[in-house]
Amino acid sequence: MSTGRIELNKTPLHALHLEQGARMVPFAGYELPVQYRGGILQEHKHTRCQAGLFDISHMGQIRITGDIALSALENLVPGRLADLSLFRQKYTVLTNPEGGIIDDVMVMHAGDHVRLVVNAACKHKVLAYLQNSLGHRCEIQMLASESLLALQGPAAAMNLARYIPAVSELTFMSAGKFIFNGIELTISRSGYTGEDGFELSLSDNCAEDFARLLLKGDEVTLAGLGARDSLRLEAGLCLYGQDIDSTTTPVEAGLHWLIAESSQWKCKNADYPGADIIREQLRSGTGRRRVGLIPQSRAPLRAGTGLLNDRQEQIGVITSGGYSPTLEKPIAMGYVSSDYIQPGTSLGAFARGKEFRIAVVALPFVAHRYCH
Amino acid sequence: MRRIKFTEDHEWLLPDEDGNVTVGITDYAQEQLGDIVFIELPEVGSEIITGDEAAVVESVKAAGDIRAPLNGTVCEINDALVDAPEKVNKDPMGEGWFFKITPNNPEDIDALMDEDAYWEYVSGL
Repeated sequence: MSTGRIELNKTPLHALHLEQGARMVPFAGYELPVQYRGGILQEHKHTRCQAGLFDISHMGQIRITGDIALSALENLVPGRLADLSLFRQKYTVLTNPEGGIIDDVMVMHAGDHVRLVVNAACKHKVLAYLQNSLGHRCEIQMLASESLLALQGPAAAMNLARYIPAVSELTFMSAGKFIFNGIELTISRSGYTGEDGFELSLSDNCAEDFARLLLKGDEVTLAGLGARDSLRLEAGLCLYGQDIDSTTTPVEAGLHWLIAESSQWKCKNADYPGADIIREQLRSGTGRRRVGLIPQSRAPLRAGTGLLNDRQEQIGVITSGGYSPTLEKPIAMGYVSSDYIQPGTSLGAFARGKEFRIAVVALPFVAHRYCH
Repeated sequence: MRRIKFTEDHEWLLPDEDGNVTVGITDYAQEQLGDIVFIELPEVGSEIITGDEAAVVESVKAAGDIRAPLNGTVCEINDALVDAPEKVNKDPMGEGWFFKITPNNPEDIDALMDEDAYWEYVSGL
């Protein structure tokens, strides 16, 4: 557990985390809570049945300003962005010339600017990439003094509406600017748990007070990175660096839906990085695909575990694996060669010197409950 | 009467009157692991050698080995943990015990840390 002498960044909620008994771990250059006193299982279950509050201030928030910001950004992604309505949000990926994923991002039309939420470990890379690609046409800056909170779960809307009633009118992937007691917040109805919920961006110096306000409601508990990971895995959502990276294309990752709506018009003048490769994969398929997996014994199988066919040939690998508190059994995701993607397919998995059975299943493991 | 002993891997060992030694993990270890969701125990009758993997513990966030603290033969296992691994979090020094060993050489245990030495060790981590 040595972190060397690297100076870790702290988020504005650092004192609150410590006060709540957080176990802090290094993550993407930040010191962040992996869990609080209640533990990951309790935080996970509480988020599924009531609401969890996550400090995700380590994530990058990037502002792109300029009349052509959306259409310029559209040239870097497989999906359509230019027609994104005011205060609508879209999930997409930045692709490299090989069709691989530079990062998966949320894009919001925020009125006078476009706002991106990018992964913490990718934020400097993405900022440099955007400045390089779009810097001559748009102004691009990291919102370095804005915190990001995620309030997730079926009771999230009731909790937040106590202070900001207008959030009730937001639907999944819509957003707005709100003012509460002089605090300006940009709030979207979105998240990374599969539950209804919100992501709230606000100035660093207001973040702790606002978090404490939300925690006054009995229905809300603080939840750490551990629960965030098990919740997103149950929801079948990708974690950048594990399930997707610069060597996986969105087609291989099963993210067709973010390409499909635009495939027709893109066929005419598609010119985003890797477009030819991605179009070819959409047409003729890919050698491998991301699938859901359920180990058939009680032992969780972790990322990196090789997957075998009946001839003992390696035909895939687990990219995320853990325990599902909702299903009370282990779950995993990974890539398998296209002959083995059919749900119900039984594979072998080799771990700790033993072979386990593992079944291919459809994603997600736990149905999404977004507010459409 | 022999007293409880500890290893640097955060296992506790309690010898009983028959000369068998009950093995479990400490409160510090369960706290570090977090919510335990899976335990694999050795087979009764299996020979274990100090330092080898004797059991597997998986928590929500991590996997861990339980290394054999002594040379010996496994004479009893706590089967209840297979269906209720959370017992280790709730009562690591009691109901959450893992297995019992008949040590090849009962004196081996003397070299391990006593309670005071273990607390000193943990507070230095």
